[in-house]
Amino acid sequence: MSAPREWIPAGAASIAAAVRERTVSATDIVRESFDRAVAVKAGADGLNCILSSDRDASLRAAESHPVGGALAGVPVVLKDNIATTTLTTSCGSKILEGYISPYNATVATKLHQAGAILVGKANMDEFAMGSSTEFSAFGPARNPLDTSRVPGGSSGGSAAAVAAGLAPIALGSETGGSVRQPAAFCGIVGVKPTYGLISRFGLVAFASSLDNIGVFGRTVDDSALAMQVLAGDDTTHDATSAPRPAPTYRTDSRDLTGLVIGKPREYFPESLPALMREQCDRAIDALKARGATFRDVSLPHTDLALPVYYIIAPAECSANLARFDGVRYGMRIDGDGLRGMYEATRSKGFGAEVTRRILLGTYVLSAGYFDAYYRKAMEVRALITKDFTDVWASGVHALFTPTTASPAFHIGAISDPYEMYLCDLFTVSANLAEVPAMSLPIGRVQGLPVGGQVIAPKFGEVNMFRVAYALESELGAEAHR
Amino acid sequence: MAVSKDDVRHIAGLARVGVPEERLDGLVAELNGILGHMDALERVPSRGLAEIADATRAGMPLGADARTSVPLERARDEFAPLMRDGFFLVPRLATHDDAGDAS
Amino acid sequence: MSEFHERYEMVIGLEVHVQLKTNTKAFCRCSTNFGDSPNSNTCPVCLALPGALPVLNARAVDLAVRAALSLGCVVNHRSIFARKNYFYPDLPKGYQISQADQPLALQGSVALPDGRRIALTRIHMEEDAGKSVHDRYDGFTAIDLNRAGVPLIEIVSEPELRSSADAGAYLRALKEILLFADVSDCSMEEGSLRVDANVSARPYGQQEFNTRTEVKNVNSFSNVERALELEFARHCAVHDAGGIVVQQTMLFDAAADQVRAARSKEGSHDYRYFPEPDLPPLVLSEAFVEGIKCALPEFPSSRRTRYTSSFGLAAGDVEVLTATRAVGDWFEAVVARCGDGKLAANWVMGDVLATLNESGGHIAEFPIAPAQLGDLIAMIKGDAISTTAGRKVFAAMVKDGGEPKAIAEKLGLLQVGDDAALESWIDQVMAELPDEAARFAAGERKLQGVLIGAVMKKSGGRADPKKLAQMLGKRAGG
Repeated sequence: MSAPREWIPAGAASIAAAVRERTVSATDIVRESFDRAVAVKAGADGLNCILSSDRDASLRAAESHPVGGALAGVPVVLKDNIATTTLTTSCGSKILEGYISPYNATVATKLHQAGAILVGKANMDEFAMGSSTEFSAFGPARNPLDTSRVPGGSSGGSAAAVAAGLAPIALGSETGGSVRQPAAFCGIVGVKPTYGLISRFGLVAFASSLDNIGVFGRTVDDSALAMQVLAGDDTTHDATSAPRPAPTYRTDSRDLTGLVIGKPREYFPESLPALMREQCDRAIDALKARGATFRDVSLPHTDLALPVYYIIAPAECSANLARFDGVRYGMRIDGDGLRGMYEATRSKGFGAEVTRRILLGTYVLSAGYFDAYYRKAMEVRALITKDFTDVWASGVHALFTPTTASPAFHIGAISDPYEMYLCDLFTVSANLAEVPAMSLPIGRVQGLPVGGQVIAPKFGEVNMFRVAYALESELGAEAHR
Repeated sequence: MAVSKDDVRHIAGLARVGVPEERLDGLVAELNGILGHMDALERVPSRGLAEIADATRAGMPLGADARTSVPLERARDEFAPLMRDGFFLVPRLATHDDAGDAS
Repeated sequence: MSEFHERYEMVIGLEVHVQLKTNTKAFCRCSTNFGDSPNSNTCPVCLALPGALPVLNARAVDLAVRAALSLGCVVNHRSIFARKNYFYPDLPKGYQISQADQPLALQGSVALPDGRRIALTRIHMEEDAGKSVHDRYDGFTAIDLNRAGVPLIEIVSEPELRSSADAGAYLRALKEILLFADVSDCSMEEGSLRVDANVSARPYGQQEFNTRTEVKNVNSFSNVERALELEFARHCAVHDAGGIVVQQTMLFDAAADQVRAARSKEGSHDYRYFPEPDLPPLVLSEAFVEGIKCALPEFPSSRRTRYTSSFGLAAGDVEVLTATRAVGDWFEAVVARCGDGKLAANWVMGDVLATLNESGGHIAEFPIAPAQLGDLIAMIKGDAISTTAGRKVFAAMVKDGGEPKAIAEKLGLLQVGDDAALESWIDQVMAELPDEAARFAAGERKLQGVLIGAVMKKSGGRADPKKLAQMLGKRAGG
């Protein structure tokens, strides 16, 4: 007897079509996902990419869900900072250990309405603060391609789940690169949409002006399909949601004739390792082969992006995490009176990185320092944004850069906080400028995946996906070599 | 700008994060290390830039004044640490006669 | 205490928080109903559950702008919300969404009864906190978040008030305007209007202000006046003793009739304000603001002036008729129908309000519509019925409803002005009272009343007494 067909590697669109045509049932797909999770050891005894899952509940959901929808029967994994009423929403933190949200995030509802089946909540750096998933209170997640290495962060669990074959699509969140960087480290596709394109309602806030729901896909098509389901006006629940309909991102076009792609010099510094540069050059050649023309451009304030980010993000996070006080939900630890309860709860409940960022954020907002830090950072943020608008205005349709300077590092290799922050070097500007950006596999360095990044103007995802589809198609299997 | 132990004690108090004494020196070093990188911003002169008015962003969208709040799928007392008769309970405030900032 | 007033000038500024009477909260769509069971009006947003986001209530904006325009403020076409960060159990997010640098409105003023104007600094929008109940459970404070998120406006006056009496007058005038604008219930008992009073004392002639303190927890306007006096006296005593007034929050204890320091958690608060990243700027078009301005009601002071000049009403009557917007509106609807301000005033004050006072109802629920009263008055004015008959019709309308003409007809109260009928009745009366008739004809004019009375009786009250008088006068040769 031949082995049963594996559906997950076929991708979301194929699964959904087959489920709608009743060639295969949603329950079969879900079973395949859970079998795979067992085979790769997705739990704490192995990759530790899944924090909570419930096979029986997922199978029941698959059985009872009416057949239909753009993602019919597609198993999906959601980062554990996205509110779901089934499974937990712990944000990788002790302070929310075991917390089950009493409401669903808009994106969870949209996936459900499209027919997708939730198969697990993914491990992450605590409250999305980190670049390796080592800061999870529930242990680090591991890179499926080399389990001694990190999958990246903060959405490392989601990336690992897709790379390990548990699902063709997973959701993460992006504040400074937390989807693109793990996508690059794990050899999959990771997309950060334009700020406001996908509703943040139900995404536990880290830095409100920088947070985005991000999408992981095995292929560009998986991520484009997920984006189409998720994008759109949610101004009833999220005042920062863009009040405009989302266009179609999936396309059969692989031709980039007429497209001008910029190569920002600040993303190809002298210090960029040669092996990485090689992979980028090959990708650039591939894009040219499809008809794109390249132009050297400059984003002069790039080197200020990390300092700006590390003022604004902690400032906003210090306020966003004030609600974790043990009063209405989550962990509560008694102390001396009310203040003692606050302090005991928050000191036991938050890990070191989160505490560091709360302190940093509280400091930069505090009396006497607001102008020097926060106000200054907002001013420079505006300059960084202007760098991008100036480049678009010069006739460039998209930018191409490496996603990271190097591939996944070993678990435990980085201990200095600022060195960890440097992982975000090439990704953080897109969050500051609110522009869409995505990473897709472009090759290997020392056997490990590396990613190329495509950046587009605000609401310019159509062109961004065009470039990505073309690049993926031209590189073919080379992207994973 | 550098922070001192007193600064860290003060901001830990403001943020209610209860940092133990033995952790203070380490934190001071870590925070100063990070803050040192922020000095790069000083190269940009302050010009009181108003926020760039984004042409693609209209003003704030508003909600209609109708009772359409998102329902809770679990009862409050299922996720509350301590509830009685519908109230959330916390340790009695020492300053019980303080009207508080919002009265 | 009055001795202090001789040597020190009292400087007062008032911050008034007013709940806007929307259906739902400022940033979520939970009910704002007062008095529901604890935490029954909560949702992920006002509980500050992880992942929840604020969406501003459009009606709150309408009412806030209306309030600002009613107070003569300049409404900012672009205003920004900000986070005010502090920890308190009735503040679920650990920050309050308020406004700092670019508030909804600036300037404006409140007129005191004697015409002096007190300038306002600003009006901004913010959300209310929940309620903390300290004495219900031993060792615990109980938190009810039903009130958390109710929309507020904060109205800040310039420190231009110079006496506690003026402070009281300011508050009463402010409340009247806000009630007329129909933006709030303005009830201190229910907590929809709250006052924080700032006071300092300086020697007369000194330009700079001395340190002020803030008095909270005052539950009536007269208590505000009292608390200010007490705190002012305390300041003066400190200055007299050569001491320094410490900037702090004070609480008024009505039972003990004293003001004392609140034992606050830390020194002065560092609220670490920054612009609210979850809310883009509030942009209000010129057209929108104009639209609200055009729909503003006429306010008490202009209404008073108009009633005095247009209808020639006395001050006392004007006070009664302008006490609430509803009564004034009702009164004017009557005038519109009958065209007589004085008559309308008498009927509204004497009959309508008297009836209402007994039943304790609101004029909006009065069983007679103003148009109907207007018709009744028009009938009396046009001599279709007498005033006495009119009162009977009124009573019937209150009891059973109906139109005045139909009721007058049904009750047979329509005045008869028909000359022939009147002459006929006069003839009959003259015949029945020959003695009086003769004397009247001979010149005893005072008998006219008796004769008219007799005709009225004979006609069942329906004869038109004015016409009778005319006719009798003719017969008497006058």
